[in-house]
Amino acid sequence: MTLAVLNIEWQTLADATALGAVYALMAVGIGLVFGVLRLVNFAYGQLVMAGAYALALASQWEWPVWAGIVLCFAVVLALSLLMDRLVFRPLRGQSPAVMLVATFAVAFLLQSIALLAFGPLGKIATSLASLNRPVTVGGVDIRKITIVAIVVAALCLLALVLLLERTTVGLHMRAASMDFATARLLGVRANRVIGAAVLVSGALAAVVAIMLTVQNPLVTPDFALRDTIVVLAGVVVGGLNRPIPATLGGFAIGFASGILGGALPTEKSQYLPSFLFAAVILVLLVRPGGLFTRYRGAVERV
Amino acid sequence: MRRETALELAGPAALVVAAALLGALVSRSTEGYFTDALVKVAIVVALYVFIGNSGVLSFGHISFVAIGAWTAGVLSVPASEKPAIMPNLAGFLRDRAVGNLSSLALAALAGGVCALVVALPLMRLSGLAAGIATFAVLEITHNLLRYYEKVGPGLNTFSSVPETTGLRQAALGALAVVAAAFAYGRSRFGRLLRATREDPAAARAVGVSVYRQRLIAFALSGALAGLAGGLYVHLLPISTEGVYLDLTFITLAMLVIGGTTSLWGAVVGALAVSALDSTLAEAENGLTVFGATLDLPAGTRVVVVGALMALVLILRPSGLTGGREFRLPRVSADAA
Repeated sequence: MTLAVLNIEWQTLADATALGAVYALMAVGIGLVFGVLRLVNFAYGQLVMAGAYALALASQWEWPVWAGIVLCFAVVLALSLLMDRLVFRPLRGQSPAVMLVATFAVAFLLQSIALLAFGPLGKIATSLASLNRPVTVGGVDIRKITIVAIVVAALCLLALVLLLERTTVGLHMRAASMDFATARLLGVRANRVIGAAVLVSGALAAVVAIMLTVQNPLVTPDFALRDTIVVLAGVVVGGLNRPIPATLGGFAIGFASGILGGALPTEKSQYLPSFLFAAVILVLLVRPGGLFTRYRGAVERV
Repeated sequence: MRRETALELAGPAALVVAAALLGALVSRSTEGYFTDALVKVAIVVALYVFIGNSGVLSFGHISFVAIGAWTAGVLSVPASEKPAIMPNLAGFLRDRAVGNLSSLALAALAGGVCALVVALPLMRLSGLAAGIATFAVLEITHNLLRYYEKVGPGLNTFSSVPETTGLRQAALGALAVVAAAFAYGRSRFGRLLRATREDPAAARAVGVSVYRQRLIAFALSGALAGLAGGLYVHLLPISTEGVYLDLTFITLAMLVIGGTTSLWGAVVGALAVSALDSTLAEAENGLTVFGATLDLPAGTRVVVVGALMALVLILRPSGLTGGREFRLPRVSADAA
């Protein structure tokens, strides 16, 4: 194992970083909504899936690339707002378990709607395929999308930090995620701050949809389902309560998954999910409050 | 036993028997839906034993259904047919085959032992960490069963398992699981676990070990899930995909729609959703109701069940039964 780790090629490292970057964006999307609503959005992957179908349809209709991206954002943002209005809002104040099961139901609902509308075979999103071509950097072939994904993720995270730290609505979001009741008493408008979090989270889902369709142009109803499960595990491992640990958790699990995929010998690589999720269980046992958070007592005081 | 207490067992049991009798009356092709529904009752009641009594969500119980199915399946395929279907089987599994009942008993044992082993570390967790960790268990089980061909057919479906789960075996299995769940719920352990669900701090304060009570319930519900898995593999040839996310979703949906915190809710939910699901499945193939032909496109059923589950959660978060046990409607108001 140690030998394998030392033998990692640059290409694997770059791909793992790119996967980590995309997962970090998903983690932020899930973490933001959790911050204000205390709700783990299992249906986040289906937002990405909807965006991917928008891109695939746009390329099928031979729209220009920018129009496809606009359509993707429009579809995902509309769907996020709809989800908030129809599902999250009526469920506000329910126990976390009820909300988690509800988003689980929404996830399956959206997935089966996609199955009904587009069939099981999938559609191909080709408009951005040119990003899959490799460029040579210092004698190493790296796909353009790898670089694009890392840069875009870094920019998105920077913009997000600026939004949270430098704007009023960001301040409200941070206040709401610390203590919603007190924040409301001090004049934070609940629907506005939740709406903002849902919108930002939706925009990130659209970005993720674009990145993922370039890497994997075949869009099926279970597109991004596996990624969501992995990211959710990563977010909880990192620490769901704070945006930065959640993001780091998402990045870490994406990176680990990429490195493991490259480092495991071929006959073992089919067991990659087992290794990954066994690691998740181990970390949860050692640090139930999150890997990147300061440890507080595992038991909540009354 | 007080009358109300007896009714808590009699109500769900009567519903199971009614479903089985109804299944015996209908045509041979429709009977399959009833058998399937009864197996689902067994799975959902197994889920209820842990989730309902502890209030902790588990996404991992289908792992134990899968383990039970694999145990019963591998052991009951006739030894002569094993090399053809499962060429890479480990030696001690290759040469022997057991009968129907022993395969079910071993399925329950395997489910219970695996659940106990998993629960020993996992029950230290609570809340979201527990939910994600059980999900991780499901992922690992699915991944191993899919690729580790020494214990089963791997990617292929489980063919050549004797199809012994007819209406009768499914009904008896479901009844056994319901009775076990009832006995557990009435026992000291069941009461202590429900106390931890209602108020963990108060339960700890009077000396209840939350960890130990959850451990017991998890192992028991794993054993029941294993038994249900055994029933399932004897019902139809399944593959790893059949005991994975879709089954997790539909069984959780059944439990939530029925009402998570009662045995009655688990049975009602399983049968109600099964009834709806089978009707829709028939409608997807073209169903004639009162002369009008209803022909739904394939895939409608999952949309309807998903929408229904979301609706129930929004409008009635405690489920159809309100999470209460079965009671006869009172004739006179609280006279006794």
